[in-house]
Amino acid sequence: MSRRIPIIASIAVGSMVLLAGCSSGSSPNDNGSSSAPSEQAGPATLKVQYLQSDTFTAMNTLMTSVKTEFESTHKNVTVELQPVTATDTDYDTKLSLSLRSASTAPDVFYEDTFQVKSDIEAGYLLNLDTYLKTWPDWSQFNEGAKAAGQGDDGSIYAISLGTDTRVIWYSIPVMKKANITLPWQPKTWQDILDTAAKIKAAEPGVVPFTMYAGTGTGEGTVMQSFYELLYGTGNGLGLYDASAKKWIVGSQGFIDSLTFLETLYKDGYAVTPAEALDPNVWKTVLGTLMPEAKAGGTVEGSYTPSFWEKGGPFPWPAYTTDVGTALFPTQNGEAPGGVSMSGGWTLAASATTKNPDLAFEFMSLALNHDNALSYAIAASQIAVRTDVAAEPTYLAANPFQKAVTDAVSVTHYRPATSDYPKISSAAQTATESVITGKQTPQEAAAAYDTAVEGIVGADMVTKQ
Amino acid sequence: MTAQPLVKHDAALPTGGPHPHRTAGRLGRALPLVPSVLLLATFLLGPVIWSFYGSFTNSALSGPNAKNPQFIGLKNYVDLMNDPVFPLSLIVTLVFVIVSAIIGQNVLGMSIALLMQRANHVVGSIVGTLVVAAWVLPEIVAAFIAYAYFSNDGTLNQLLALIGVTGPNWLFSFPMVAIILANVWRGTAFSMLVYQAALQDVPTEITEAAMVDGAGGVQRLIYITLPMIKTSISTNLMLITLQTLSVFTLIWVMTKGGPASASSTLPVLAYHEAFQFGDIGYGTAIATIMLVVGAIFATIYVLLLRSEDQVK
Repeated sequence: MSRRIPIIASIAVGSMVLLAGCSSGSSPNDNGSSSAPSEQAGPATLKVQYLQSDTFTAMNTLMTSVKTEFESTHKNVTVELQPVTATDTDYDTKLSLSLRSASTAPDVFYEDTFQVKSDIEAGYLLNLDTYLKTWPDWSQFNEGAKAAGQGDDGSIYAISLGTDTRVIWYSIPVMKKANITLPWQPKTWQDILDTAAKIKAAEPGVVPFTMYAGTGTGEGTVMQSFYELLYGTGNGLGLYDASAKKWIVGSQGFIDSLTFLETLYKDGYAVTPAEALDPNVWKTVLGTLMPEAKAGGTVEGSYTPSFWEKGGPFPWPAYTTDVGTALFPTQNGEAPGGVSMSGGWTLAASATTKNPDLAFEFMSLALNHDNALSYAIAASQIAVRTDVAAEPTYLAANPFQKAVTDAVSVTHYRPATSDYPKISSAAQTATESVITGKQTPQEAAAAYDTAVEGIVGADMVTKQ
Repeated sequence: MTAQPLVKHDAALPTGGPHPHRTAGRLGRALPLVPSVLLLATFLLGPVIWSFYGSFTNSALSGPNAKNPQFIGLKNYVDLMNDPVFPLSLIVTLVFVIVSAIIGQNVLGMSIALLMQRANHVVGSIVGTLVVAAWVLPEIVAAFIAYAYFSNDGTLNQLLALIGVTGPNWLFSFPMVAIILANVWRGTAFSMLVYQAALQDVPTEITEAAMVDGAGGVQRLIYITLPMIKTSISTNLMLITLQTLSVFTLIWVMTKGGPASASSTLPVLAYHEAFQFGDIGYGTAIATIMLVVGAIFATIYVLLLRSEDQVK
């Protein structure tokens, strides 16, 4: 025993040295935060986290200009921009990880609408009600946008930056060569298959009509492909019965949607299954196949023109005349005659921010009329402020602005529950199993049903 | 100091006096270890314990369980046993470890090391450089190179096209073959270097004596060389097994565990569950299983080492 005591003592001494090292390392942070509450007098730092990528720079442009504007009126405040270069999914993960601890949480951040509800439940987001009461601009936001940032308690936690819709984008030269009547507007799923068959016969080597599938394209698979199919079947409820708060299983619409994708891939209308599983397939479709008139059409978001515009990742000057849009049809042409999906992003503040007033001031500056207008144009967003939506410059931003805005009338939103990401992944897996021929649509739908029951529990599902 | 020249030779002795107490000597020897023990405890043991604890909770990245994770006992493990992906992932992991590390890296590393002993200097250094180059590359760079090599219009298929063969889409049709070959390519250098060092320690007199006794090349290898470097073999096996078990970047870049979890080893599955689905509790349960698999392999190798020591 006597031998151990000196060793324990030496470990104790060592750990004290280590702790001393830690505390001296963290003292600058303490200084920074201790001065924060007296924000009128002492200097403060506002950390702002957002997403950027090689194909998405509009947010960086907005935040950089808002930083300059904000710092010029708040002499004592430093805005620290923290752009995260990542995919949407990885950004969501990174943000959630940052928000877990008050010491790493950014004060203001760019937040996906479908994460809003689960982040409210996690207690990550600042309640904005008191600020919004005195913010005159709030009345300009449309009801859908207000709901996007609302928690189950009725309070607002996030403010919408813009929304989007999904429509068919088709190549006019390809359609012309195949003698398709223009403007093209398929009325049923069968119309799409018929058109694809004509293109295939007329133009070998052209991908007639491709839609995403598989887990490679992640959320894009469901938002820009599978849900356009699923929400156009049966009663149009899609994944989730919001009134009963139950997930839908055993639906014929689910099987039919998978069957449509299976046909698209089996009959060679889409890209090959191997290409579909590459996460970068959208770059091939939008960046190469469409501009080179090697693809007839695809389903993509309202932001698509931002890729083709001058300064975008795939500049294509002729897109204004060579591309047409159409609403995605319902299965057999049922009312309302079209399907679209909407998502969108918001700005939110951390519940643990030391400077909530400054955080809201920053958000309100970023979301004011002028900044919202320039962002809506730069990022090809569908404006959620009524004053911005009425601006002539907004409507003239690209020739498709009206068409994609009209799709709002037939749009759907994803169920915003914390279980959603897993269920979305189960749906993606089902599309992958079908296009790769591993399972029939019936088998894949049954596997999805089992997966959903496993995720939410048997009492949270409803059979259709 | 000049008065006590002897003290200089024994670094473990404290400067207190020429004949210190035994306890003080032990303390003196333990002291330099303290920082590393503390660092290991903080950065290795701490996370392991946290992960083990986390696997019994429903801790999540977002949602209500992020704020107040509940203790849910063995539920994560029960769910794991009922998850159809888990046995597949376990098999994929074992295949990956056994084929790419224990067979691939190990045997290839040994063969190259043996051949290099005989090869002329120029050939030896060219081969050595080529093999070590893959090891020197940062993992992410090596992974991108492997991706570029195996992808559908990648180097391999272009080479095959030159001889008129249309190569398959390796990453899609044969994902396991692709990641195993990539890992063999990347990791062989390590085994080669270990065996080169070990072979240099085999005294030439013994091999020469065996040669005089009429032993052929294969016999010398089996009866002389291999038994003499047995310790190096098991140490090497232990290191490459644990290394391969934790390979993540290579697989993530090449296949992301796909298609449809066909190449989803346990680290990929754990990442997927914890960070893509936000189910941290479930992800840590997979990490714990991984720890157990690693411990089983390590125990086997340690036992092998120990039995050799006893033979000696």
